[in-house]
Amino acid sequence: MPSVTYVSHDGKSTTLDVPLGTSVMQAAVLHGIDGIVAECGGSCMCATCHVFVREDQLAKLPEMELGEDAMLDGAASPRRPNSRLSCQLVMVPQMDGLVVDMPETQT
Amino acid sequence: MPSAHAVPGVVIVGAGHGGFQLAASLRQHGFDGRVVLVGDEPSLPYQRPPLSKDYLDGKIGLDLLLMRPETFFAEHRIELVGGVAVTAIDRAAKSVRLADGKRLEYSRLVLATGARNRVPQLPGIELDGVCYLRNLAETEALKERLAACRHAVVIGAGFIGLEFAAIARGKGKPVHIVELVDRVMARVVSPDTSAHFAGAHRAAGVEFSFGARIERLGGEGGKVDHVVLQDGRTLPANLVVVSIGVVPNEELAAAAGLAVENGISVNAELLTADPNISAIGDCASFPSRHSLKSPVRLEAVQNAADHARCVADRLMGKPAPYAALPWFWSEQGAQRLQIAGLTTGFQQVVLRGNYEGGEYSAFCYAGDRLLGIESVNKPADHAFARRLLATGRGVTPQQAADESFDLRAAAMARN
Repeated sequence: MPSVTYVSHDGKSTTLDVPLGTSVMQAAVLHGIDGIVAECGGSCMCATCHVFVREDQLAKLPEMELGEDAMLDGAASPRRPNSRLSCQLVMVPQMDGLVVDMPETQT
Repeated sequence: MPSAHAVPGVVIVGAGHGGFQLAASLRQHGFDGRVVLVGDEPSLPYQRPPLSKDYLDGKIGLDLLLMRPETFFAEHRIELVGGVAVTAIDRAAKSVRLADGKRLEYSRLVLATGARNRVPQLPGIELDGVCYLRNLAETEALKERLAACRHAVVIGAGFIGLEFAAIARGKGKPVHIVELVDRVMARVVSPDTSAHFAGAHRAAGVEFSFGARIERLGGEGGKVDHVVLQDGRTLPANLVVVSIGVVPNEELAAAAGLAVENGISVNAELLTADPNISAIGDCASFPSRHSLKSPVRLEAVQNAADHARCVADRLMGKPAPYAALPWFWSEQGAQRLQIAGLTTGFQQVVLRGNYEGGEYSAFCYAGDRLLGIESVNKPADHAFARRLLATGRGVTPQQAADESFDLRAAAMARN
């Protein structure tokens, strides 16, 4: 099964198996990863599942839609060029081994 | 010496979005005392919005509905008391009584009791096959009924009724919505947006009766099989979904002598007149600078979660008036509605974008004050709308109507 590694703001790293079709946000919530809040439950409504993706892995991700792009502008921790909303990152085989850094705050 | 568990701490009544968020926020901020989360439903705390969307549709299971896995609560020392209601508050003794006879002492009490379905006084309302869609148990029952449904009648064209209708049509079920007033979501959206959504539902095969009252529900052997309208028509219905809104669960507070008026009355810091008792979420009536009419009571995840954060901050010694911008959303079939702000009392609506094509925003004004923005299939507009309204930055009706006006730049401006 593909895996994703979540790195908290204080450097704590957790690797989870993420089934195909499950979002990076959903897997985090299912396992109670602190640092992903996901207040709207994955509707791309709240920007509280904000993550930073390692630069060399950005190309493996699905393209960003306008709604996610705009929502990231309002994220509690300022967006960076490698910002994504993890609810929009639905696992496909090429995303295996993804590493995401979580921001200092989501709210 | 009392055990650690006997030390009073924060008791939260209600394990919905607000109650859960408060418990989580207290721990996140390093609160070290006892946190007890009491809910009257047996399951772990779960999210409500997906009930009428992906969960009813069968797209997600219970695991993805839960706020957090069971281990989260132990790890964060959140004591969950599930499946038991709080029956009374003893303010003098600073304790609450539970339905199982137990007593819980508190140093701070937070009422996150939510709201319950409004039930119409109609003959036949008790018949089997009459369903609601607010909690998990109701949704499970409805899901089962929907599979066997031949004709569904929905009473009330609000968010819940329309979300249900979209899912039922997706499963090929005939749906007839009976609505008292002349348009959908009349309480919360502009007439333009009502017209757009009614059109989308009609195109999907939903039938509407507007300005229609139900006379009675009828059936045989205790099971509903039709609905009779006051205009004399009879609609076949072996499933009736009642979605005519909710009433706040304020009785516990009222019985304890706290003020209630369409919800539990709280001040700008979400405190009742008792300095040890707060109220948050759907059950709380609070002053809002975002509303023409104040106090307000809102039924929304955002409201519950932001109330919870505000109270958590106060309990951690950082009091501040509640000021978060309200926002709401609904997903109905392929249609996505996002609302920023409180538009009640608007006098003028300015449409921006492609209304005919179903991708637009409706800017709602009272005089020149921008009250709120409804975005339909325009998620980027919504994100900008939230920034604009939260910062109190205005967009004039002329700017809103001008497609060359840069909404993003206005929203992102630093001053």
